[in-house]
Amino acid sequence: MSDKQTPIKDFQVIGTSPLRPDAVDKVTGRALFGDDVRLPGMLYGVVLRSPHSHARILSIDTRKAEALPGVFGAVTAADLPSFTDAGAYQRYQAENALANQKALYYGHPVAAVAAINPHIAQEALGLIDVTYEILPVILDVRQAMAEDAPILLDDLRTHEAGSRSDHSSNVASHEQTSCGDLELGFSQAAFIVEREFHTSTVHQGYIEPQNATAQAHEDGQITIWCSTQGAFGVRDQVAEILRVPVSHIRVIPMEIGGGFGGKNNVYLEPLAALLSRKCAHRPVKMIMGYDEVLAATGPTSASYIKVKIGAAADGRLIAAQAVLCYAAGAYPGSPVTSGMDCIFAPYKIPHVQIDGYDVVVNKPRTASYRAPGGTNANFAGEVVIDELCEKLGMDPLEFRLLNGVQTGDRKADGMPLPVIGFHEVIQAAQQTPQLSAPLEGPYRGRGVACGYWGNYGGTSSASASVNADGAISLVEGSVDLGSGRVAIAMQLAEAMELPYQDIQTVVGDTATVGYTEGTYGSRATFATGWAVYELAQSLKGQLCERAALLWDVEPDQVGYGKGAFTNRVSAESMSLRALASHMDETGGPVVASASVHPSKEGPAFGVHIADVEVDPETGKVSVLRYTAVQDVGKAIHPIYVEGQIQGGVAQGIGWGMNEEYVYDEQGRLLNASLLDYRLPTSLDLPMIETVLVEVPNPGHPYGVRGVGEMPIVPPPAALANAIYRAVGVRMQILPMSPPRILEALWEKERN
Amino acid sequence: MAVVYVPSLLRSLTGGLAQVEVAAGSVRELVDALEERYPGMGVRLCEDGRLRPTFSVAVDGVVSLKRLNQKLEPDSEVHFLPVISGG
Repeated sequence: MSDKQTPIKDFQVIGTSPLRPDAVDKVTGRALFGDDVRLPGMLYGVVLRSPHSHARILSIDTRKAEALPGVFGAVTAADLPSFTDAGAYQRYQAENALANQKALYYGHPVAAVAAINPHIAQEALGLIDVTYEILPVILDVRQAMAEDAPILLDDLRTHEAGSRSDHSSNVASHEQTSCGDLELGFSQAAFIVEREFHTSTVHQGYIEPQNATAQAHEDGQITIWCSTQGAFGVRDQVAEILRVPVSHIRVIPMEIGGGFGGKNNVYLEPLAALLSRKCAHRPVKMIMGYDEVLAATGPTSASYIKVKIGAAADGRLIAAQAVLCYAAGAYPGSPVTSGMDCIFAPYKIPHVQIDGYDVVVNKPRTASYRAPGGTNANFAGEVVIDELCEKLGMDPLEFRLLNGVQTGDRKADGMPLPVIGFHEVIQAAQQTPQLSAPLEGPYRGRGVACGYWGNYGGTSSASASVNADGAISLVEGSVDLGSGRVAIAMQLAEAMELPYQDIQTVVGDTATVGYTEGTYGSRATFATGWAVYELAQSLKGQLCERAALLWDVEPDQVGYGKGAFTNRVSAESMSLRALASHMDETGGPVVASASVHPSKEGPAFGVHIADVEVDPETGKVSVLRYTAVQDVGKAIHPIYVEGQIQGGVAQGIGWGMNEEYVYDEQGRLLNASLLDYRLPTSLDLPMIETVLVEVPNPGHPYGVRGVGEMPIVPPPAALANAIYRAVGVRMQILPMSPPRILEALWEKERN
Repeated sequence: MAVVYVPSLLRSLTGGLAQVEVAAGSVRELVDALEERYPGMGVRLCEDGRLRPTFSVAVDGVVSLKRLNQKLEPDSEVHFLPVISGG
């Protein structure tokens, strides 16, 4: 794989918008999801969950449950292998699957039962006796950081750049990046803004709940069908939890009904496998109710963020400081370092210090959520930037043009930025119809915010074979979350100079395709697209050799272009379709595979513009109009790129306006249903206008840079800045729900 | 000589220096040289002969998969970065 590709500019397939192959199956119900798995002799598994958010488990007795007719078996942490010789991460994985000694959050799995039907399994749960010793609860990240806070994990020490504290703490790690001289920078600033922000725990809100069906075979092999963003990730995690070799596990990813980062981790998969093993090797199917999804899968972090920014009188940013404290849930692993990477990334600032803390609290272990950590950090950073613009009397976009990073500028960690299109995005935002349209009427305001997401490359694999009719069968390793299957096939079609319709694509499982990381980090179209580009070069080379055989010339005397081969000696021509019919007589099937790990993913920048109207009586905020402008590299399938941006904005609006986990003082989740966990609906959203700015990424043969995550980063900040212009209050807490808006308005009146 | 961007939390070992120059042919040699010049640096960056999993190393702007085995050019720029979590 070359790392020095020059993006190709004249495309035949890339930039068009063909229909996705799975569309009709999905709208007619034919597509097979995890719930569609039906196997002979299948049992149904359910999970007993802790009603307490912090409790020592003194005893678990499953005997009555196991004696219930129709029940085939029950499992607890005692059925897991020993982890005394394992690392903490592996042990935490297992403990999150089944609580061992302590329950650390409301909904923490304590036991699981398999029965002949789900009703008997549910009845059996009521027969399991668990004795708990209730412990003090810590839900707030800053309370958890206090010296005298109750400790969740006795063995947890604070890690700090290779050192380890000598006492237990809820702070799992402290990271810091800095450049310049912060004190000097602030001493030179003419204007300084300093604010504190709070964001709530929010969930990805995918509609399809977690599900898994597992078959533990008598020879030790395990097959798992599930809804996941990455089959290999499930395989590796289950192997760690059950302590079996990865080669003993086959994971078949079913179609997925949304993931957004929340389906990278395993929950039911190891339990279904354990139960299948224990229940005479019958297959066991498990599906979460949505109350379980909200209570016990991974939401993203609540956070506390403090920001201070200073600018010179001419508007140039001089110094910036941020402290980010992210709640990791019950086990370490919040996305705080991603937040650190994002918070000042759009700006050239000579003096910066960013500190990040990963903190455990009595909430479910957090998982990724679309640009994990970025939205929290960007909300804080961009609201402060907006206030600074106001103090300076500068137009917010002119301020960004003055201070915005360009290719080669360095981030706070010292890393130089590759080719980026941030200034092109700002200029495109200045030309949007929304920005030039007047916004009139009381309680209405317009806000803008920028955003950044670094994107990720990672390992991807694909294999392909040429059929006798000249069409190509492609097996690619990336689960199709949104539009990856089409965008990857389009890149193969482009590389093979064939129509898109000549590529038949399936998503492989762990036994049918090479190792491929999950679909996360906006990586699938970038990295798996690169894998199919590489295998296309191999296919073309092999096909030229076959044509050379037929023509009795040397392979380098054969040319290929637009789906046909040319004999450079005789000037004869032969279509790929015609050549494909001669495969048997020239050496058998032509197949190729490629595995890549590209690392020049190219970051994405965007500018969002929000118009809102605030009802001063109720505090309700209506989003009147919204435009998202983004550097998308080269848009492989422009309509689906727009869809990715619109989806990210919709989720960002939900995060900004309404979504939050509501706990009581004992740490019980009070809104564990989609009636009470307020996702945005079509009635809450305007048509989201998009502007695709194409600054190709030179780190990819077709200029691709990831697009899916960046759009969720700016919305809460853009909305907060719009609300300020509508009613004059600076919101510093998410969500900006009606009660919080009213509270802020009353506070403003009092002052 | 390679230019090393010293992680913020390790600058107490370099007397506050944010960048230092080191002659080294690989990241492993560079870490050894840093340890010799700034005792304690090696154990903060590495454990059991490997770069700690909490660090990634970027050479000339690209995060390296080879980590300690990554070759360096005489004018390479080396960053030890906190691993980006989430994803």
